[in-house]
Amino acid sequence: MDFTLSERDRMLQKSIREFAEKELPPRMDRMEETGEFPLDLLEGLAKMGILGVITPREYGGSGLGHLARVLVLEQLGRICPAIPMSLEVHHMCVYGINTWGTEEQKKKYLPALADGKTLGVFAVTEPGGGSDVGGTQTTARLDGNDYVLNGRKCFITNAHVSDIWVVAAMTGEGRKGMSAFIVEKDFPGAGTGHVEDKLGLRGANTGELVLQDCRVPKENLLGGEGNGMSVALETIVKCGRTGMASVGLGILNAVLEEAVKFANERVLYGKPISRLQAIQFYLSDIYSDLEIARLLAYRAGWLLDNELPADAEATLAKQWICEAAARSARKAVEIHGSYGILKEYPVQRLLRDALVTVPAGGTAEIAKVVLSRQAMS
Amino acid sequence: MEMIVCIKPVPDPKQAGKMTIDRETGTMIRRDVPSVINPLDRHALEASVRIRERHGGRVTALSMAPDDVLPVLKESLARGADRLVLLSDRRFAGGDTLATACVIAAAVGHLGTFDLVMCGDETTDSGTAQVSAQIAEFLDVPNIMHVDDCGVSPDGDLRLHSRNEEGAFTAEGQTPMVVSVTADINEPRYVTLMDVLDSEGKEVLILSADDLPLEESWIGLEGSPTRVLELFEPERKSRAEMLSGTPAEQAAVLADRLRRLGFRNG
Ligand SMILES: Cc1cc2nc3c(=O)[nH]c(=O)nc-3n(C[C@H](O)[C@H](O)[C@H](O)COP(=O)(O)OP(=O)(O)OC[C@H]3O[C@@H](n4cnc5c(N)ncnc54)[C@H](O)[C@@H]3O)c2cc1C
Ligand SMILES: Cc1cc2nc3c(=O)[nH]c(=O)nc-3n(C[C@H](O)[C@H](O)[C@H](O)COP(=O)(O)OP(=O)(O)OC[C@H]3O[C@@H](n4cnc5c(N)ncnc54)[C@H](O)[C@@H]3O)c2cc1C
Repeated sequence: MDFTLSERDRMLQKSIREFAEKELPPRMDRMEETGEFPLDLLEGLAKMGILGVITPREYGGSGLGHLARVLVLEQLGRICPAIPMSLEVHHMCVYGINTWGTEEQKKKYLPALADGKTLGVFAVTEPGGGSDVGGTQTTARLDGNDYVLNGRKCFITNAHVSDIWVVAAMTGEGRKGMSAFIVEKDFPGAGTGHVEDKLGLRGANTGELVLQDCRVPKENLLGGEGNGMSVALETIVKCGRTGMASVGLGILNAVLEEAVKFANERVLYGKPISRLQAIQFYLSDIYSDLEIARLLAYRAGWLLDNELPADAEATLAKQWICEAAARSARKAVEIHGSYGILKEYPVQRLLRDALVTVPAGGTAEIAKVVLSRQAMS
Repeated sequence: MEMIVCIKPVPDPKQAGKMTIDRETGTMIRRDVPSVINPLDRHALEASVRIRERHGGRVTALSMAPDDVLPVLKESLARGADRLVLLSDRRFAGGDTLATACVIAAAVGHLGTFDLVMCGDETTDSGTAQVSAQIAEFLDVPNIMHVDDCGVSPDGDLRLHSRNEEGAFTAEGQTPMVVSVTADINEPRYVTLMDVLDSEGKEVLILSADDLPLEESWIGLEGSPTRVLELFEPERKSRAEMLSGTPAEQAAVLADRLRRLGFRNG
């Protein structure tokens, strides 16, 4: 068993860290205020190879894989978690098309999803309930050479900043009644609804997709008719949850750094509060959460790279890490006393960001349903 | 153009606070601080890579360092160097600037003909700013320091702009030469994920003292006339004091203190 990162992994970690430290902070105030994703960052994200980290090289990506993706998202999340939130769903779109797409679909869409012109969307959740994927109400009816889609998707990451959407819709009844489609923003009948005004991860765009007699050419069916459930679940579980785990991991990095910094700077009774054992215990808790989170997230990435079963592991990583990020951020806020609730201190944002990661990509309760099944198997 | 960029691993300046001094041996304890390529050497590397991109040629990154920092130095390959040459030998240890320059110059000679050797002006760890001039002296070629702009003229000469506290000048000259650069020369590019991948197939050459035409008396501790007598942290006397009261009260106290320290209005 080898827990060391390769030379390559360490080098890419360092290069993304540098990029993140320089490029993200100048954009963050605006992201917080407006709730908008900084589109001017896309070109840089493309050039760095971040958009295409899991896209094979022949389709314009760097093809570095899932552990590399975890490392990249972690480093970005250490500075600004809203960025990896957007990217993790973008990668889900890439994952879906790369795993189930035909050669033509891959050639057409994957390069466009790596070169910085747009982000991708992966849309399953509907107003009728995110946990109940089988309850999807969006329909797709074959009409000549087109499918005609009707329905609404909500809580969709990148909804308003994406030209390429993977959308789940019902072509029939039951488990085998779901199909996935690649929908272009400019297809007739494709549109967006309102933007969600979120508590945290504000710089990640989240909103509605509206499909009104939206005509999608037959060749844009993804993974064959009736396979939509597999496309949706595998992408959410493997790619989505590992991605959300990485966002949470990024947050934990920032939480520990902010907590330590404040504890060392704040002087009470003539010495820094980091000398108080109560504060040290908080720091020890946060540090432990970070270290365990790292093991869980890296393992999930590594399992995927090695094509080993990873469903339970990715679910565990996501659920445990996002909860850990929230509880550790809460402790970091405590360490800050009242300063923790002031806007000029990042910890309050980290707490808000962490809380938003918890339901995204599947709620904690759903994760427990999955994990209990694994426990009893 | 055949270019050689000298790169030195230094303790990460961003984590300099973690560095301590061993009072008994008078040496720096670096183990808690990861190494990085000396920041100015990244600018030198970028300058060479840009020349190669416009005018062709080859960029060799060259370093004298213990071989355990090889992974750190490999970043030069991701930053665009075509190959990396590491000069590593226990006998090089303890070298001062003269002994360092001697080894580097011998390696430059060993690698064949060259047009340009590029260094940083100085390092962040000992910062003597001597090595580039000494390399030039050993190689018997011109040296220009503080270079903040460089280019190649149509007839293949180097055009260099140099600035120091006293003034600035532009020089044009024939290669070969040794130059050292300031941070103003460029903004080093980001290393992309593709750069990391592409760096993996590049050549890494490790040379020891035996590979180079060197006399033992010129290298390492023996070849170093300089002795560092003592290493100490400058004492920091400043202490923060928190003022209390309303903003107006605090301002009054502050103004009074400043006046007593000798600051005057106007
Ligand atoms: C920031 C963010 C980004 C998102 N991005 C996307 C995206 O890009 N694409 C996308 O498709 N979706 C996205 N989502 C949606 C997300 O996946 C859903 O919100 C999530 O699955 C929960 O669905 P829901 O909000 O409808 O809650 P519901 O499903 O209505 O759940 C309500 C409550 O019931 C509990 N519950 C439900 N079922 C069970 C059960 N079987 N056992 C026990 N408890 C249960 C839940 O845990 C929860 O507490 C995003 C969400 C967020 C917050
Ligand atoms: C605390 C401390 C104090 C020291 N004081 C002295 C001193 O007073 N006098 C003295 O002679 N030595 C001194 N040394 C030794 C000195 O660190 C080495 O000689 C070193 O190899 C070169 O000196 P520099 O870092 O000052 O280089 P500089 O002359 O500041 O470096 C200029 C450029 O030369 C190139 N370069 C320098 N070293 C290397 C290398 N090893 N490999 C490749 N390129 C390189 C780089 O491009 C660099 O940017 C000291 C060392 C320490 C740790």
